[in-house]
Amino acid sequence: MATCRIPLVLLACGSFNPITNQHMRLFELARDHMHSTGQYQVVGGIVSPVSDGYGKQGLVLAQHRIAMAKLALQSSDWVTVDEWESQQADWTETVVTMRYHCGRILKEYEQSTGEHNDSSGNPSPLSSPCPQLKLLCGADFLDTFQVPDLWLDDHVEEVAGHFGLICVSRGGLHPEQAVAASDTLSRHSHNIFLVREWVRNETSATEVRRALRRGLSVKYLIPDSVIEYIHQHNLYTEDSERRNKGTVLRPLAKQATQPGKSLDD
Amino acid sequence: MDGQHLTKVVLLACGSFNPITNMHLRMFELARDHLEDTGQYRVVKGIISPVGDAYKKKGLIEACHRLEMARLSTDSSDWITVDPWESLQPEWVETAKVVRHYYKEMLEAEQNTDDLDTVKYAKKRRIEENHFGASSHQKKDGLQLMFLCGADVLESFGVPNLWKQEDIDEIVGRYGMVCITRSGSDPHKFIHQSDKLWKYRQNIHMVREWVTNEISATQVRRSLRRGRSVRYLLPDGVVHYIQEHALYSAESEQRNAGVVLAPIQKNTEVS
Repeated sequence: MATCRIPLVLLACGSFNPITNQHMRLFELARDHMHSTGQYQVVGGIVSPVSDGYGKQGLVLAQHRIAMAKLALQSSDWVTVDEWESQQADWTETVVTMRYHCGRILKEYEQSTGEHNDSSGNPSPLSSPCPQLKLLCGADFLDTFQVPDLWLDDHVEEVAGHFGLICVSRGGLHPEQAVAASDTLSRHSHNIFLVREWVRNETSATEVRRALRRGLSVKYLIPDSVIEYIHQHNLYTEDSERRNKGTVLRPLAKQATQPGKSLDD
Repeated sequence: MDGQHLTKVVLLACGSFNPITNMHLRMFELARDHLEDTGQYRVVKGIISPVGDAYKKKGLIEACHRLEMARLSTDSSDWITVDPWESLQPEWVETAKVVRHYYKEMLEAEQNTDDLDTVKYAKKRRIEENHFGASSHQKKDGLQLMFLCGADVLESFGVPNLWKQEDIDEIVGRYGMVCITRSGSDPHKFIHQSDKLWKYRQNIHMVREWVTNEISATQVRRSLRRGRSVRYLLPDGVVHYIQEHALYSAESEQRNAGVVLAPIQKNTEVS
């Protein structure tokens, strides 16, 4: 008897400043891993670059980060770039972005099943369930849950409990420790999929930007089309790296104004 | 700095390239940046020289495929090329011989160009070579061939019977090496512990790879055998080629299993 695999969409939020081969590799690794559980069928991947309102130092304009991501993913047949988050007026909490995509996926699903319904409106027996959405991230992302005031407790609960996380470990980081260090994450450990990347590939966007500032080659770390774009628009200079210097990261600024915030230090 | 005094460099990388990966290609970029950063060199060409099938390494697939994958991967490069000479030889060729071959070729190509005052430079080099003695480079007319490799190759100099001592002398002493470090190895220590390498330390350019990018071909082959994606570890063209030709299976990995590696075979026979 064939088991029905749950269709899955992977969502990666981040600066993508710029997108690198390692970012795209996350999707490949996650897809392979989720397939190998026997329970899931990955049907899509979404790259959602953060909006300029995030206020992170060195963040170049969203229009560029989106353009570069699109160039990089041109040759991918299952991962796409989504601009919704980057178009929002203010920085958007990860959970809000997830809710948006979840709602969108549900609407699309209902529309397409509606087309296949029989006359009495019952879904045809061959239709699969609505795709689930899970957050795809690197192991360093799990550590951010420990940063004071960066996440609201409710949001961690929702991301880990309701949606679920797929976390690809990088180099020397140990995601199991990050999960164990958080009560909330531990409670939802069955919903947190840890993927071990055996090929040590620590191509970080930070290092890529550093190399670019110094006029060093980044070929084979990011796609050629992205390199070309960067040179055309002269992105990633010493000036661009100073952008937002001294600014408080938006999530921290926002959380600080939340009522009922814990005063523990 | 006057551009006329820059030594032109050709980088030569030998290896299985089974298959070629982004890391191999990155080595060339890193080496070029490093050498040019010293203000003494201008890197004019990179050569990828895949080893012949007679090397008999376990899991080594046919040279024709390895060559083609390397060619596909250098399509987008305007200075890195692939040369089939080594792989076309009927017997396995010592690395020193390969270096010698490309050095000769490089000189011949240079003689065919008009833009060097050979008399002036030959005299200058003769003076310098006499001055530097044992560590003098085979530098003719401001032109040098350097052997490009990872730190693991440098450390393989210590493996019994893998290298002839006189070959190490030649490659490192006479030509020069650019060595890309890998995390987990301490190549400076290795040089320090070897009297021979210590003697030639001026000829060994160590390049620190800050962006750890250890895409090992062994692991790539393992992933392929297990039906896992290797996208973004190798150039797209190479990934497609591998899929098209169904290279790298459990079967291909068993090739040459139990066979003695050609250099070891050769070096143990001689004694």
